[in-house]
Amino acid sequence: MLNLSLLIPASAFLVAWTLLGGWPAVRTNVPADPLTQFFEWFGEFGLFCWRMAKAALTPPYEGRELIRQMDNIGSKSLPLVALAGAAVGVVMSMQTRDSFARFGAKSLLSTVIVFSIIKETGPIITALVMSGRVGAGIGAELGSMRVTEQIDAMEASAVNPYKFLAATRIVACILMLPLLTLVADFGGVIMGWVASTLQEPISLRLFLENGFKQVQFNDFLAPTLKTAVFGFIIGAVACFQGMRTRGGTEGVGRSATSSVVLASLFVILADVVLVKFIIVFFP
Amino acid sequence: MPRRAKSPESRNGNEEAPIVVKDLRKSFGEQTVLNGIDLTVARGETVAMLGRSGIGKSVFLKLVIGLQQPDSGSIHIHGQEIQDLELTKLNELRKKVGFLFQQAALYDSLTVEENVAFPLVRHAKLSPEERKDRVRALLASVGMEQDLEKMPSEISGGMQKRVGLARALALDPDILLFDEPTAGLDPITAGEIGKLISELQEDRKMTSVVVTHDVHGAKSFSDRMVLIHEGTIRVEGTFKDLQKSKDPFVVQFLREGS
Repeated sequence: MLNLSLLIPASAFLVAWTLLGGWPAVRTNVPADPLTQFFEWFGEFGLFCWRMAKAALTPPYEGRELIRQMDNIGSKSLPLVALAGAAVGVVMSMQTRDSFARFGAKSLLSTVIVFSIIKETGPIITALVMSGRVGAGIGAELGSMRVTEQIDAMEASAVNPYKFLAATRIVACILMLPLLTLVADFGGVIMGWVASTLQEPISLRLFLENGFKQVQFNDFLAPTLKTAVFGFIIGAVACFQGMRTRGGTEGVGRSATSSVVLASLFVILADVVLVKFIIVFFP
Repeated sequence: MPRRAKSPESRNGNEEAPIVVKDLRKSFGEQTVLNGIDLTVARGETVAMLGRSGIGKSVFLKLVIGLQQPDSGSIHIHGQEIQDLELTKLNELRKKVGFLFQQAALYDSLTVEENVAFPLVRHAKLSPEERKDRVRALLASVGMEQDLEKMPSEISGGMQKRVGLARALALDPDILLFDEPTAGLDPITAGEIGKLISELQEDRKMTSVVVTHDVHGAKSFSDRMVLIHEGTIRVEGTFKDLQKSKDPFVVQFLREGS
């Protein structure tokens, strides 16, 4: 646990240093050193999350916009996530068959595919695909709204942009990630069977029976629900990066890129902690 | 035709002036943008704020509506100091202030009709039919009733400004802030926007601050002009007052701008 607690901040620091060091100082003409920028980023991100949470929890609620974002983030990502899950299922089937054949453990193939997909590969692949699609989309959209003064116009109209723009997108990410993970899991298991049966015919029923024989509810529930945390990370980082955009179209591009990179990085780092958490509390 | 200035009494002696700004200062890093601006705008008065590009005119408007925080000084809108207001009260005040942004700032993802309806949906208790009628009336008042279903990207810059103006008027504000309403427009469209501002002034008796560097336009729609230079108001008065100034900067600005 000590190793993890050192590894995570150290990795975050190294990557964030590289990323933040390249950003222009936006508030002053004197560039702050990368270390200061690093801590400033986390401080501002914390404040952003606080303002967003306050805005999200106080009425009136932006129900229509939330549903629109759930459609945009969830429904429109379905084909992409299903395809990514399916591809992972095929690859896993091909790779593990070869390895297991060497050790004479081919009978465990379906169990391993199902276990690894529902416990780790499905959730993390879904989160990384969504970091790319949604992270870049939100970062660029809000960044563009910032530089064209649309966010200022919203504030001037007495509408809280933290509520209307950020909270709706973040809540939509939190709600949609676990559902999309189910789709990725389904695609992965089915295509794992297809790849498997093409090599050595096996009925779907037998494949599923073998695969799910040892699976308990906790094996499935906790890893699926942990993607809600990934959803929060993707939504919050992308909204934060988008809403603090400066510097015209170049700044919009920078926000989109940094949203994807930071969201992906934080998802992987959070996964380390969450896996340990699940092992301890949901054995 | 230049407008007549309000009497000095109505500006200085009236405690209920809708906009009162005192010793306003704002810097970005080491760059001082506003260095002690004092400005009182009387009820129903239109003030044109002139000056070179990048000297903080737009920043001034954003400070007035609380989109940015000043370093020091005070801003009173309808007698309330906006720096001290919590967000809920500030938003109540913002409903009484319309803001036309430099590039109109229409929401990309909404149609022209939805853009104008946006503040009404959130702040006005209207039935869908009443809201629709109100939006159409607002768009008709700026000559845009034909393009309800178009997206902002499908209409010209001048048309976007008109829609932005309709949106700014949606909540029936008594103060209007214009940020470069004629910038980037051809002279005819700029003239039409200027005429719209004058008509609004005549019809609704609104208090307005118009940031511009269009001296010719400002002459026609403003009651009073203030010329900002090096963070302070260098000169203020009617166009004739400005013409009388011997200040080399004022002389040069009016010569180049006319």
